[in-house]
Amino acid sequence: MLTIRPSTDTSTRRDRLSRLIAPDGERLHDPDLDPWVADVFEEQLLALYEDMVVSRRIDTEATALQRQGQLVLWPPLIGQEAAQVGSARALRKDDFVFSSYRENAVAYVRGVSMTDMIRVWRGSQFSGWNPYDVGMATPTVIIGAQTLHAVGYAMGITRDGDDAAAVAYFGDGATSEGDTNEAMVFAAAYDAPVVFFCQNNQYAISEPVGLQAQRPIADRSPGFGIPSLRVDGNDVLAVLAATRMALDHARTGDGPMFIEAVTYRMGPHTTSDDPTRYRDKAEEQRWRELDPLERTRRLLMAEGALTDERQASVSARADAVAKELRDGCLALRPHEPLSIFDEVYADTPPSLRRERDEYAAYLASFDDADGANREAAR
Amino acid sequence: MSVKEFPLPDLGEGLTESEIVAWKVSVGDRVELNQIIAEVETAKALVEVPSPFEGTVRALHAEPGQTLDVGAPLVSFEVEDGADDGVDDSVGDDLEPADAAVDAVEQARVLEPVVVGARAEDAADAPSEIVGQGAVSAVATPTKEERHEVLVGRGPKEQSGQRPHRRPRSGRLSAPIVRERAGGDQGASSGAGETRLAASGVRRRTAEAMVRSAAVPQVTEFLTVDVTRGIRLLDRLAAEPEFRGRRVTVLTLAAKALCIALAATPDANARWDDATDEIVTPPGVNLGIAVATDRGLVVPNIRDADGMRMPDLADAIRSLVETARAGRSTPAELTGGTVTITNVGVFGVDAGTPLLNPGETAILALGAVNRRPWEHKNAVRLRHVMTLSLTFDHRVIDGEQGSRLLRDIARILADPASALAVA
Repeated sequence: MLTIRPSTDTSTRRDRLSRLIAPDGERLHDPDLDPWVADVFEEQLLALYEDMVVSRRIDTEATALQRQGQLVLWPPLIGQEAAQVGSARALRKDDFVFSSYRENAVAYVRGVSMTDMIRVWRGSQFSGWNPYDVGMATPTVIIGAQTLHAVGYAMGITRDGDDAAAVAYFGDGATSEGDTNEAMVFAAAYDAPVVFFCQNNQYAISEPVGLQAQRPIADRSPGFGIPSLRVDGNDVLAVLAATRMALDHARTGDGPMFIEAVTYRMGPHTTSDDPTRYRDKAEEQRWRELDPLERTRRLLMAEGALTDERQASVSARADAVAKELRDGCLALRPHEPLSIFDEVYADTPPSLRRERDEYAAYLASFDDADGANREAAR
Repeated sequence: MSVKEFPLPDLGEGLTESEIVAWKVSVGDRVELNQIIAEVETAKALVEVPSPFEGTVRALHAEPGQTLDVGAPLVSFEVEDGADDGVDDSVGDDLEPADAAVDAVEQARVLEPVVVGARAEDAADAPSEIVGQGAVSAVATPTKEERHEVLVGRGPKEQSGQRPHRRPRSGRLSAPIVRERAGGDQGASSGAGETRLAASGVRRRTAEAMVRSAAVPQVTEFLTVDVTRGIRLLDRLAAEPEFRGRRVTVLTLAAKALCIALAATPDANARWDDATDEIVTPPGVNLGIAVATDRGLVVPNIRDADGMRMPDLADAIRSLVETARAGRSTPAELTGGTVTITNVGVFGVDAGTPLLNPGETAILALGAVNRRPWEHKNAVRLRHVMTLSLTFDHRVIDGEQGSRLLRDIARILADPASALAVA
């Protein structure tokens, strides 16, 4: 009888990762990854660095806006900039992203405007942007559901005979969800051109990854017949290389690939969460030393590429984006209550038209517009 | 210039109130956009609140320890006219789920702002404390409603019909002193003239910590020691270049002595883990210093104090005490201590039986240093003498280790050169 046993490595150790930039900024070499970033020189690395700095600034500004009562909620991504920017920069315009709610750096890289990024979190609209404008679906809050959307889209790409790819972004927690496992079954069965991009940020809200995964997350997909890569998710170059490799695999008809980017959510799960209740300072400090921005900065400094002038322009760009975010946020007003009926069907069916008329009559029964708006907000 | 109000936002999802833990700014301070102005505890998290304006702080509408309803005024700012106004007509108002929140805002506006954190000389101009507004003269037998008024500290009759959104548990302002009237039937109340104050904030946390501490089997030992040579050393050190401009006191020397002595008795720096019955020894000494502040007792700690040179230790103690007195100790500074010093000598007493800070094995109390007749070189002299009191957790160490630790500390204070022998 053949018994398949787990291999002996049952840890999710950080030191067993593919990596191109060491935490101290040293450029390391990896024969598998190097060819995929052979075209990345100072300028390209500076651009990646700028994207990461801007992403962090978006995050701090949005967190401040939530604390000031301007946003209902915000899910910070601080610490995951390299995983998101590195992977999103590997994408082509005609590729399509299906993400969770934390991929705001991916959205920024895809070209989502600050106002569009923020409207859902302000509660002024139920959706943020037109997915076809930027090649990215609006975020899915249901954990892991977007993996199914991505696989479906990828199966469509195959039918169209295209060489685009779909990318599903999700976290370590999602890999324990049924949806994600079902998505991998279908992706493998249909050789769908999809990349499963898992940011293992160590926590499913408050649950450490070690509780749900007795083995590295990257070990899960091979069981479905999907090859996986495990990279340092705080290393923007390694993430870029791995994603390019996986996309190429998908585009050339070899089917899906799975990437586990090992990273750390340095902030809370959302602005409603207090991570000090479930993890200690020493752990946070250990990961602070692995900060994705800092190691990129160190490499750039060592190369002499990050001049004062360039640093200033990066900061200016971050400030400008933060201002765009704040101004856009403060200018947003609640959507007209009746518009909820307008944006679902291209041709509103009669039953929905009837409901809409009833609701309009109900809102009209209030004395003033304020009363109606308050009622609608309930 | 115009005044903008910043109402307390819903910092989580669907919260109705939050407790003000600490202010990071004072009235009159100039603040930048997004500068942290307060630390607030919700049911979900301790969070920092950034300023929504650039301007000058005109009023802080609550005191640390007070619980505010969402939507109640938090801070008033004076801002440049034409400055970005993101708050007053924000969607936040539209999203307010209940009229109660609106009532809270209106109710709060009736009351004068309380100026907190202003200097003493400003206090004379400050409006009288709201506590006073809750007083209702006791004449006739109260009706049920009137008794309720007394309990919740309702304002003057003119404001009746609006029930203040205050809760008895939430601190001085919101839980006014209740003067029991004779014949009142307020549950556990008793004689006339008795006052009650709901404990909150630091007071409540201290109470909880002390109750937990009392559950630990702890022993206190005393040792009275001639510290004349230690005092002389401090005078001499003060003249050394490393200590220029620094304050080196008996506390600094005792802190150093404790760190040195712990190296010989590391178990006193460990802790008992109730969950596993294990003795957990940390890698370094995080030295807690008990600080009496306006808000009550806090015990911030100095990370890795055992690795510090004495001038650095002096600086660390000074900044830790200043930060604590200003009410700005961070949660990180207030947790993770491994041992504590409490300097009750500053209150003029000789000794005490300090209670352990929960999670620690030892606490050292320094008594007052006084000149006393003392045996010195076979004669009675006036010497600088102090009593050290050391409480330790008897689950972790026994009299042997506790006594050794106390003796080593005393030895160093009596003869600082003996540190060479202890270390």
